[in-house]
Amino acid sequence: MIPKFGPRTLTVLHTLLPVLALSLLLAAVFWRQPRAMSYFGLNLLLNLAVPLMFATLAQMMILAVSDLDLSIGSFVSLVACIGAVLLPQQPALAVAALAAAVAGYALAGAVIEARRLPSIVVTLGLSFVWLGCAVLLLPTPGGLAPDWLVDAMAWTAPMMPLPIWLALLTAALGYWLITRSAFGTLVRGLGANPAAVARAGWSLVRLRAGVYAIAGVFGVIAGLLLVGQTTSADSNIASRYTLVSIAAAILGGAKFVGGRVSAPGAVVGALTMTLAASFLAFLDIAPDWQVGMQGLILIVVLGLRAAIDQLERR
Amino acid sequence: MTSTTNPEALLHTRDCAKSFGAVQALRGVDLALQRGECIGLVGHNGAGKSTLMNLLSGNLQPDRGEFSFAGQPPSTGWDVRESQHMGIRCVYQELSLCPNLTLAENMRITQPELCGWAWRQRASAQLMASLDLIFPGHGLRPDQVVGELGIGRRQMVEIARAFTPGRQALELMILDEPTSSLDNHAAAQLLDYIRQFVAQGKSCILISHKLGEILQVSDRIVVMRDGQVVETVATAQSSRDQLVAAMGQDEAPVDGSAPRTAQQAQSRPTVLALRAGPAAVLHAAAGEIIGLAGLAGHGQTELLLRLHAAAAGHSDPDIDIDAATAFVAGDRQTDGVFGLWSIARNMSVGWLDGLRRRGLLDLQQERTQAEHWRARLGLVTPDLDLSIYSLSGGNQQKVLFARALGSSAPVILMDDPMRGVDVGTKHDVYGLIAEEARGGRTFIWYTTEFDELHHCDRVFVFHNGAVVGELARAELSEERVLNLSFEERAA
Repeated sequence: MIPKFGPRTLTVLHTLLPVLALSLLLAAVFWRQPRAMSYFGLNLLLNLAVPLMFATLAQMMILAVSDLDLSIGSFVSLVACIGAVLLPQQPALAVAALAAAVAGYALAGAVIEARRLPSIVVTLGLSFVWLGCAVLLLPTPGGLAPDWLVDAMAWTAPMMPLPIWLALLTAALGYWLITRSAFGTLVRGLGANPAAVARAGWSLVRLRAGVYAIAGVFGVIAGLLLVGQTTSADSNIASRYTLVSIAAAILGGAKFVGGRVSAPGAVVGALTMTLAASFLAFLDIAPDWQVGMQGLILIVVLGLRAAIDQLERR
Repeated sequence: MTSTTNPEALLHTRDCAKSFGAVQALRGVDLALQRGECIGLVGHNGAGKSTLMNLLSGNLQPDRGEFSFAGQPPSTGWDVRESQHMGIRCVYQELSLCPNLTLAENMRITQPELCGWAWRQRASAQLMASLDLIFPGHGLRPDQVVGELGIGRRQMVEIARAFTPGRQALELMILDEPTSSLDNHAAAQLLDYIRQFVAQGKSCILISHKLGEILQVSDRIVVMRDGQVVETVATAQSSRDQLVAAMGQDEAPVDGSAPRTAQQAQSRPTVLALRAGPAAVLHAAAGEIIGLAGLAGHGQTELLLRLHAAAAGHSDPDIDIDAATAFVAGDRQTDGVFGLWSIARNMSVGWLDGLRRRGLLDLQQERTQAEHWRARLGLVTPDLDLSIYSLSGGNQQKVLFARALGSSAPVILMDDPMRGVDVGTKHDVYGLIAEEARGGRTFIWYTTEFDELHHCDRVFVFHNGAVVGELARAELSEERVLNLSFEERAA
């Protein structure tokens, strides 16, 4: 006998699932390591999630228009390299380079729409371009992030650790941008029914370019925050972000097609993915197994979501 | 119901033409529309109604011809925004709502001026006012997500959204099959509202296959056929039969190749049957060519897919079939060709079972068989290893026929396969079908072209997903098919 839920209850369940997963992981971490339950402990625990949150928001923008971005990891790496090499010595050049990178993203969006290319192919190709630029800029790991960036990331925020503040801020900003604003509504409409949006007289090329540009800006923020934490960079520093950001966004309730995304969900997803890794470290699981275990956690959560979807369809 | 109260012309088109590749969708249309008038636009599938609508709404640009709206030609390039500024709104047949958005959010898609502070509240208020006006008692809320609504409710939202004024006052409303998913009650509400709307001096173009509605609500009726306006008549002086006759073609029927006697086919065993309850409503014998007719989208393609699935082993309580089937797709680009494969590979993918030898493909035999079909179909290509896209559309379709006919399947299902195919290819293929049928193969042939039905032994007419009539070859006439297609029960 399957319990009967109303559509409202199921929607709430859907929204709560990522939060539930996060709480469960957090509780498990505290159980293994009670000392983590402090200002300093939480700061250490969640710090790694900060750049990933922004990378996930970037991925979410792309998912909102039913595309997929396979270049975000190498893009964040490139930004980190720019932050560690150009930003301290030639700030003006660094800003120009970052602006050009964002313009590159926008161009990719325009090309994908205008030529009707699959986003996976274009962004996969683009990922090698970003990687190449990063290697040219920083052939061996090194560089030094500007002091103001490092200081900002080490700031002792009042009341709650900085990552929690940033998470709340990001979730609110993202929610306003994609769910509440008139622009975000149009973007989600484009993800679900591009023909309807075109018929209403919008330029899809401009829209998609705009969406990709915003994703690029989120990517720039992610890269700068990352290099502020690590103080130095290398050309592969964030390459794992590509897949982790997709997983985090999906974990947070986004769908691959149909313009269904959630910014708070994406932030929670990014936190969950980071915590899952830390939790496994606390369990003294050999690093070789950690990636597999992380995948297992992901499968369990996504399996639960699929189960809720099944209930919804009845 | 006269249009003389306000003689000022709102819309005037002259010699508007539009073609897509070799297909002439519009061959020069002259149309005049007065303020405060409702025009009913009728015609068979492919008559050009939707193309005309897309020209007026700015989604397409005409190849030639001119038009004026409210007494002046469009200022700059004619596009959607320009047409919206002029006060033209459209309700499209295939709905243009975004299922992931709420009702209020969907307003934002069509109204660019909805932005800034509290746009959601303004959108909700506008949409609800419009819904209350057209469909009193609709029971919809602005925060409902469209995906959770049934198709009928969605259509109500789509219509109400189009009737919201936005920045520019509404002048002309174009409705394409607006009642196709509405129940009788909501449809009546809409038709009432259309009369109110035109009584306020606005204009309306109503496109519908339901002739009863057209006769009930319009002032004038425009009949289109083959991309042209063939008749314009005041509704008061028109009748259903007259419209049906005007929509049809008067040409003499083409004689099907090689006449076959009915007994010849009937003495053969039945290979498939579709039942509705205990009775068989559609059956086919070995060697028969069965035509599926009726308006597009009334269940013909669905039946073909069901037959195909049943033959592949998915049990279907209404279908008896014990023979393998092969499918000839009509929509080449989506369902037909493998774009990255060669011509030969595109053929042989349908024959793989026959080509298997010890688990591997017999490449020698594949080549021989492909060459055989190339000769038999008269395929115009220097080399079978070239990309499928090196062929013209008609020749690509021949490849799809070779794929199906080269298999061992005794039943061939054809989903309007001659779409956009040139006359020469058609005649080649008609001959091939007749030849294969004489050899004992059964063809189930859905077609939107009436002339092709003359090649069939028997024709079944579809309406709303059900078979509404069976015609033998001798009884076949376009008027009878149209009459059955436009069957309206208890309107």
